[in-house]
Amino acid sequence: MSTLLVGPFNRVEGDLEISLEIAEGCVAEARVNSPMYRGFEQILTGKPAADALVVVPRICGICSVSQSHAAASALRNLGGHEMPPNGRLATCLITACENLADHLTHFYLFFMPDFARPAYRQRPWFGHAEARFRAETGAAMNDVLPARAEFMHLMGLMAGKWPHSLSLQPGGTAKPLAQADVLGLITLLRGFRRFLERHTFGDRLESVAGLDSLAALRHWRQGNSSDLAFFLDLADDLKLDRLGRAEDRFLSFGAYHSGEGHLFPGGIWDGVPHALDSHAISEDVSHAWMAAGLSGEPLAPAHGLTLPEPDKTGAYSWCKAPRYAGKVMETGALARQMVAGHPLIRELIAASGGSVLARVLARLLELAIVLPEMERWAAALKPGETWCRQDPLPDRGSSVGLVEAARGALGHWLTVRHGRIESYQIIAPTTWNFSPRDQNGIPGALEQALLGVEVEAGEDTPIAVQHVVRSFDPCMVCTVH
Amino acid sequence: MQRAAADTPLNLLWLQSGGCGGCTLSLLNAEQPHLYAHLEQAGIRLLWHPSLSTASGGAVRELLKACVEGLERLDILCVEGSLLTGPNGTGRFHTLSGTGRPMIEWVRQLAARARHVVAVGSCAAFGGITAAGGNPSGAMGLQYDGDQVGGLLGQNFRSHAGLPVINVAGCPTHPGWVLDTLLALALDRFAAADLDPLNRPRFYADHLVHHGCPRNEFYEFKASAEKSSDQGCMMEHMGCKSTQAHADCNTRLWNGAGSCLRGGYACVSCTEPRFEEPGHPFAETPKIAGIPIGLPSDMPKAWFVALAALSKSATPKRVRENAVADHAVVTPAVKKTGLKS
Repeated sequence: MSTLLVGPFNRVEGDLEISLEIAEGCVAEARVNSPMYRGFEQILTGKPAADALVVVPRICGICSVSQSHAAASALRNLGGHEMPPNGRLATCLITACENLADHLTHFYLFFMPDFARPAYRQRPWFGHAEARFRAETGAAMNDVLPARAEFMHLMGLMAGKWPHSLSLQPGGTAKPLAQADVLGLITLLRGFRRFLERHTFGDRLESVAGLDSLAALRHWRQGNSSDLAFFLDLADDLKLDRLGRAEDRFLSFGAYHSGEGHLFPGGIWDGVPHALDSHAISEDVSHAWMAAGLSGEPLAPAHGLTLPEPDKTGAYSWCKAPRYAGKVMETGALARQMVAGHPLIRELIAASGGSVLARVLARLLELAIVLPEMERWAAALKPGETWCRQDPLPDRGSSVGLVEAARGALGHWLTVRHGRIESYQIIAPTTWNFSPRDQNGIPGALEQALLGVEVEAGEDTPIAVQHVVRSFDPCMVCTVH
Repeated sequence: MQRAAADTPLNLLWLQSGGCGGCTLSLLNAEQPHLYAHLEQAGIRLLWHPSLSTASGGAVRELLKACVEGLERLDILCVEGSLLTGPNGTGRFHTLSGTGRPMIEWVRQLAARARHVVAVGSCAAFGGITAAGGNPSGAMGLQYDGDQVGGLLGQNFRSHAGLPVINVAGCPTHPGWVLDTLLALALDRFAAADLDPLNRPRFYADHLVHHGCPRNEFYEFKASAEKSSDQGCMMEHMGCKSTQAHADCNTRLWNGAGSCLRGGYACVSCTEPRFEEPGHPFAETPKIAGIPIGLPSDMPKAWFVALAALSKSATPKRVRENAVADHAVVTPAVKKTGLKS
């Protein structure tokens, strides 16, 4: 048995360190450390409730709109209010823009460049991987960066800027759109569709969104030379469908509430679907540099504590360990599609379980499914009608905002007294995925997904480990916040 | 450290600490040309960037070591995020992964080697949002702690080029602020005189966010927004600080055609030290006797009050009514604008 300390771990958002025990060329134990603590939950305490809208986006530069969305939802729920239709549609469009841009950034900038590493130079696909996906200089950068930036003009139109917008408000959006704005919006969505159809999928988005089985996917790939088809080829070669399985328990809070219900309904999947019970969520601090409550037991986030204890024995991360009914959960696009019942994703998980392939494929499928929805939402906007309701914020009470960020389930638990924040607890997607062990010694989702991963002799930063880590698209700044 | 030869690309090392990574993500919004083309054209080579480069783990540790030992030329060190000095001055709230050492130690050593040191964003410049509330992580800027000069590197720090830390403040930074700073450094046309009193590049900090605000007609007539989604001026009631905040946000637009004010919300003066603790709710303008405390920069108070009273009394119906609506309820009159009909 030997130990390997892996870091700095780049092309993940924020700082990550992984300690591996290696036995017989495979990972026998993994411990995941989020090595940075800023203390947003402490910072928020005592502030006027609405100030959360300024503070929380700044938890994370890559999912700042999702943090806004969760805070605005929690504040809205405090008064039991609703948004007008324009407000709901604008929220869907702004959050979808961030989520899809994040999926795109992940695939092209964070995940694929690993296949252009010299370690793969003997593979038949290496030449193309290197030419198209090499970090910074791959040819795809010339297509992707302008397409991403132009797609994010949606933020300029609807949210002022990205990251760190204040447009999402409890009552809707602060930015009403006029006819010219809506036309500009429709134009830029069509531009992004053109990019995806030309490069990412080599096909109509509707054809990709309609893939409903592994057989349909196999048929679709034939003769297709898109970036997705290329990824599927190398995934076959490297058996990425057999790499990086966690417990296959999936959590989603439900995404895109444009009118009646969610486009992707929320819930739990552990072999069968269950309704979500947010009261089943608790946070365990047994292996975090955090003090426990008086009972020593995991606390529900509505009553959660964030008290750093840097010298705590047995701890190895600033990240708490959230659990659902005491169980480890995986969250993200794969979980979202499993819970929502995407037939191809469900079949893939039934065949080989959660994997690097499944996580990446689920993200790309969301690009194809959600963009046409964005076009419909944009067309349904009604300039001249209300964009933001003006219900007063109650000056006391408790509430929760549960939303889906690109990387999965994001929850904000809020208590307000005399108009000020008494308690603010946040559980971010990567807090779930990259949690440390809990009081029963059960490792978090990534820690489990790394077990058995092969480590080649002489590797100090094993490449298969990197694939597994990046398949979760971790956001470490959100994780600990 | 000597300046690189004219035809040699400048080596840029980028580190992230107590921030959100948002300045990097904003940088990816660069357009015409895109980020990598921009850097290449400027003659800048990324030695390593935590979000963008290939190298991970051991290769990065070796590179950092080589920079510290002077074996790798370090022309520009960019630091994004606050420097976390807690708990109790140890810096353990952020250890650079894989090294077991606090990031503040790495930054001190690398800054001592760098020809230029650039603080990217208000966190690295002044402490920023991470220093809000009780500042639980001991966050500060590279050369400022809030509005006090000092910070991690101390008041007397000068990089090898003789400049203090260049504070590209903003939360987040506009991609143009960062790229133009890097270009100016690469062209060797950045001197101490190009920095404002807070060491921000004057090319964007000598402007006010108010310049180019599309709500200017409402400002002129003091026709004020009263609630979110109103079209009026946000200075009187909604907490907007654009007439005092230094930046060119409404002339150098964001994400195509955006800015905070264009997005329907107040400027929180994110390029200023201590913006994170304004002493009042962000979205409410503090007032004494009905007059906002924070009046426009460089404007005598008495004149402002007099002009405001006059312009309020002269406000056209169109401006007055549209200010408190979420769309144009009164449109501009159609007039013949030529000299002859």
